[in-house]
Amino acid sequence: MAEMKIPIGPQHPALKEPESFLISLSGERIKDVGMRLGYNHRGMEKAAEQRTYVQDVYLLERICGICSHSHSTAFVQAVEEIAGIEVPPRAKYIRTIVGELERVHSHLLWLGVAGHEIGFDTLLMYAWRDREIVMDILSLLTGNRVNYAVNAIGGVHRDIDDDQKAQILKAIDKLEERTKYYIEVAREEKTLITRLSGVGYLSKNEVLSLGAVGPAARASGIARDTRKDDPYAAYAQLDFKVVTDEHCDVYGRTLVRVGELMETYSMIRQALARMPAGEIAARAPRRVPAGEALSRYEAPRGEDVHYVKANGTDKPERVRVRAPTLANLQAVSKMLEGDNLADVPIVIAAIDPCFSCTDRMIRLVRSEQGDSGAEARSIGWEEMRVRGIEWYRGRGVDFADLNARLGARLC
Amino acid sequence: MLSGVVVPILNVLLFPGLAFLCVAGLFGEYFDRKLYARLHNRVGPPLLQPLADFVKLASKQELVPREADGRIFRAMPVAAVAATACAFLYVPMWGYDALFGFEGDLIVVLYLLMLPTLSFFLGGIYSTSLFASIGALRVVTQLFAYEVPLFLALLSPALMSGSWSISGIASFYGAHPWWWCFNLIGFGVGLTASLGKLEKVPFDIAEAETEIVGGVFTEYSGRHLALFHLAIDMEAIVVSSLLAAVFLPFGLGLDPALGFLIYCLKVAFVIALLTLLRTVMARLRIDQMMAFCWKILAPLAFLQIIACLVLKGALE
Amino acid sequence: MMIVEALKQLVHRPATIRYPATKARVPPRFRGRIIYHSERCVGCRLCVKDCPSGAIEIEKREDGRFEAIFELDKCVFCAQCVESCNKGALESSPDFELATADKAALRVRFDAGDRKA
Repeated sequence: MAEMKIPIGPQHPALKEPESFLISLSGERIKDVGMRLGYNHRGMEKAAEQRTYVQDVYLLERICGICSHSHSTAFVQAVEEIAGIEVPPRAKYIRTIVGELERVHSHLLWLGVAGHEIGFDTLLMYAWRDREIVMDILSLLTGNRVNYAVNAIGGVHRDIDDDQKAQILKAIDKLEERTKYYIEVAREEKTLITRLSGVGYLSKNEVLSLGAVGPAARASGIARDTRKDDPYAAYAQLDFKVVTDEHCDVYGRTLVRVGELMETYSMIRQALARMPAGEIAARAPRRVPAGEALSRYEAPRGEDVHYVKANGTDKPERVRVRAPTLANLQAVSKMLEGDNLADVPIVIAAIDPCFSCTDRMIRLVRSEQGDSGAEARSIGWEEMRVRGIEWYRGRGVDFADLNARLGARLC
Repeated sequence: MLSGVVVPILNVLLFPGLAFLCVAGLFGEYFDRKLYARLHNRVGPPLLQPLADFVKLASKQELVPREADGRIFRAMPVAAVAATACAFLYVPMWGYDALFGFEGDLIVVLYLLMLPTLSFFLGGIYSTSLFASIGALRVVTQLFAYEVPLFLALLSPALMSGSWSISGIASFYGAHPWWWCFNLIGFGVGLTASLGKLEKVPFDIAEAETEIVGGVFTEYSGRHLALFHLAIDMEAIVVSSLLAAVFLPFGLGLDPALGFLIYCLKVAFVIALLTLLRTVMARLRIDQMMAFCWKILAPLAFLQIIACLVLKGALE
Repeated sequence: MMIVEALKQLVHRPATIRYPATKARVPPRFRGRIIYHSERCVGCRLCVKDCPSGAIEIEKREDGRFEAIFELDKCVFCAQCVESCNKGALESSPDFELATADKAALRVRFDAGDRKA
């Protein structure tokens, strides 16, 4: 069987966001995976340097729609640490509750997407219908279904009153019942188990050496969870267990996520019951004194790391975001070794990829392929255009024909 | 004399030929999609949606890849529609006789129903696109998996009735009411194998959208894609009619209006079963499908044949 | 078991919300289009400073009253301006059906009302 190179991406129905995976196939078996990242790069970190801290909360929230609260919370935590602001306990609880509700919505979304990738649209429809319950609760609490804008430096913008508390509890009851059904489906539905088992295998050692995080790591038995390892917000006061599984494959990742949903419901109930009365925000200075801080948050996809460096003005000097998907992407090539082409969508989907979160600038220093340059260089628009044309020429695109057909001179 | 020529031509073109099959195919697609949606707790498309889709596709620009062989590329959709329409002429609807039935037409119909699959394969290969080539290989691999159980399943009523003509099978079961109940295992096997022929989950591997974009249909657009979709819709009606005629041969030979109603109900029932099956299962991988078809479906079909032969001997 | 669940859906009403045939359900305190009350504005321009996307402009009229211009295509509806204003001159409305084919219509001006005599 001849060897073929299949491009999955940058545009492909399997991917919700653009990223390029070049799969080398022999028949239907995968020999090698080449990855190119960066298709979703928007210059977030540079943009954050040019805006004030108040504005940056909203900018960083929009790094990703699904884990928006994760990014905004990680950022404000870092800034609060530099400025030495003491966040009131009630605000911490509200952040936790919104964060856990976000986890519910993200995992239900993932369940639907996983179903769609294996051709099981029924699971997609059911999971997303139930997700509407948590979206309605979030829009009740925060005023919008995504991009909650609930974090402020020093606390939160909105409080949770008793009526909303009652509605949250009712919604959680309904969701718990539906999640029990999904656990049953995951355990008993034959075609689902056949498709998900044995693919995307990642052993314990590989998790540790490749640095995988989140459910992808927990499905190989590594109990790595920032909420337990480095508690933030109100997690130190909550009683929960880290859900792990020993399957080490996509099926394990599915079980970990539905298991986490059950833990989350219990956490939300605890948080609502234990939430102390009090202020919801502390006064925050507009100018943050010089300093730096690293803040970690357990996003639905894994450990999200924010680094902030302040220099005494009202704008940050440097903001660096390391999303969980970046840590997991390196494991994807390993997971795909020996699998079939048909497994590529579900294995990529199993790490719950969010390329919007991932694509930041990385400069290679002292790499095997050579330095990418110790100093940064500015490229002008014209040079960039020429570079693009040369690159396509190198790949065999014939511009003469294109020019003739478009009746214009492109290059 | 003239009526001997004009009436059959009208039959072939209008009813129960091409025109009827087109309308029935579009309605069958609506019924399938509406039921699928309701099983999902969704609303589903309105009645004229399949017609709207066809008209929309037909009015769009057709793009033929430069490296593709244009003649074969353009001919394949027409071949698929033609083969399916031709197959329908030998399936009895409400009477004991099909339009042009003859001894051995069961095999002819099965061969004719293989032609659309072949046209998908050729269309995919001649598209010369990477995804289409993979899809084409999968189509043909899948063919080897489901065709044998389907043949075997359809063999058992034929063996029991001692006739290779679908009309003959229908007449036999008309004479022996309730004997069709012995073929229910074969019905199940035939139904499952039909999911493969009709490119439906769990066997829609050749057109797996999330894996190989459009599979064999990746490069097809406009009028050609509209014809391919129509061919699949028509194939659904033909296969359902075939399964209904061979495995549910009751209520035949009645007054035409009542008979037609019963026929419509039977076809709707078969389509509903196919929809239900595709709602509750995930798509299988090609190797898993091969294993399933050869290790489970084919042996079940064999079991059905043996049961039929034994029962035929015992009851006669 | 899946099949039982699927068949049960046939007797339930579809979960689909038939918007726009039915009206949208908007929760209270939904963050929609911002409304400006000129009579309460003192022109401190904290809202302009804090807006993440530069969607608001405050202009001073000759008689000392203030007017606001919102660029709805820039606004991200975060309601930070509502939060920043110490005088309560800004509030969120539940209005979200703002799509239009005319770009000029997205530049919304809030006048200062009748001029003082």
